[in-house]
Order: sequence, then C-alpha cells, then structure tokens
Amino acid sequence: MSAGVLLGLGLLGGVGAIARFLLDGAVSARLGRAFPYGTLAVNLSGAFALGVLVGAQLGENAYALAGTGFAGAYTTFSTWMLETHRLAEDGRTRAAVANLAVSLALGLLAAWLGREAGGLL
Amino acid sequence: MRADPRELAAIFCGGFLGAVARAELGEWLPHSASSWPWATFIVNVVGAFVLGYVVTRLQERLPLSAYRRPFLGTGLCGALTTFSTVQVEILAMLDGRHVALAVAYVAASVSLGFLAVAAATNLVRRGVVRA
Repeated sequence: MSAGVLLGLGLLGGVGAIARFLLDGAVSARLGRAFPYGTLAVNLSGAFALGVLVGAQLGENAYALAGTGFAGAYTTFSTWMLETHRLAEDGRTRAAVANLAVSLALGLLAAWLGREAGGLL
Repeated sequence: MRADPRELAAIFCGGFLGAVARAELGEWLPHSASSWPWATFIVNVVGAFVLGYVVTRLQERLPLSAYRRPFLGTGLCGALTTFSTVQVEILAMLDGRHVALAVAYVAASVSLGFLAVAAATNLVRRGVVRA
C-alpha cells in the first residue's frame, strides 16, 4: 500500500469514526440508551456498505480507502463487546444475548444484501 | 445534538490512527477465505480490551476528562476494531463452504472480545493497573 493510499485510508477512517459517533448519538437520542440501538444501527448499515463495496469488486486502492478506511472504522467491534458486557453486568442477560444474536444475524444478512446489491452496480 | 468541534477532532485523530493500524496489520497478516483472519481477530480482541480499560478507568477511577474518551475510546478503539469486516469475512468463508471455520471464528471473536472487556474492567476496578 502506498503512503498516499495509507494517508487517505487514515483520513477516511477518521471520517468514519465521526460518522459513527453522530449516528450513534442521533439514534440514542430517539430510542434511549437502555439497549444499544445506536451501535446496532451503525454496525448494520456499515456491514451493508462494506458488502456493497465487495460486491462492486472495487480495485485494490479504492477498496482500501472506502472499505478498510471508511467502513472498517465506521463499524466497531469493541463498543459492541463493551455494551454487551455492561448489559450482562447489569443482570440484563437476555438483552446481552439479544445484542449478540441480533447483531450477528442481521449483520450477516446486511453484508449479504449489500454484496448482492453491489453486484448489480 | 450540538457537537463540540474539539471532541470531533479528537474522534477524528483516534479514528485515523486506529484505521491505519488495522490496515497495516492486515498487510502483515493477509488471509484467504479458508484461513483464520488473524489481523481482524487480533485488532478486535485487543481493541475490546483497551476500550474496556479506557472506559472503566475514565468513568470509575478518574475525574471525567473531556477528550480522552473520544480520542482513545470512540476514535482509536472504535476504528481499530471492525464489525463490517468480520461479516464480510464470514460470508467469504461460507461461500467456500468453510462452515466450521466461520462458526469457530465467530465464537472465538465474540467470546474472547467479551472476556477481554471483562478482564480489563476487573483489572481497573481492583486497582491492578494504573497510569
């Protein structure tokens, strides 16, 4: 990967992190923070977006920028795990398990749908 | 919601570093649909540990600091780790009929990611880790 692509990837990663923060805030403001809907919305939309990029068979550099940079940084595994842990810790075991199961099932579906959609581009 | 520009700048800087670190590790540890995605696996488990540490530390053991959480938590750990890549990797494994690999990868990522948060949280609360 060239230094220019790596720089662009980093910049898009920063933009992805900000987009995640803003969408999480907007969703949580509407639906509350009792269940981590904000992170769920980010991760599902990001899985769809990365699926589209894979399906569209982008070139190596374009994929590094938009996929690894933006979509990779936009979605988050660490916050998903942290929020699941805090739910479990609060004794909300069913919510914790649901957060894992729903994210995984719908995330896979979103990535698959995105890939199908990207293949049409 | 009114965003604080300096908070957004902290998130951007953390996001930049996290994405670059993840991309570099991905270059070092390439994988195919039939092999274990070590790069994604490592960044996700390490990022979960660091986030568990940072959030617990800043919430429970230090006065609230305005820009550490957005820089280290939302920015760095958020962008270092990735959910979308995991889903796309699993799809590729399933395409190649590597079902056992896909199941093992999901199970290991989620269980170790969860345990990493729990371990970091407990270490901070017991005061084992400082700084």
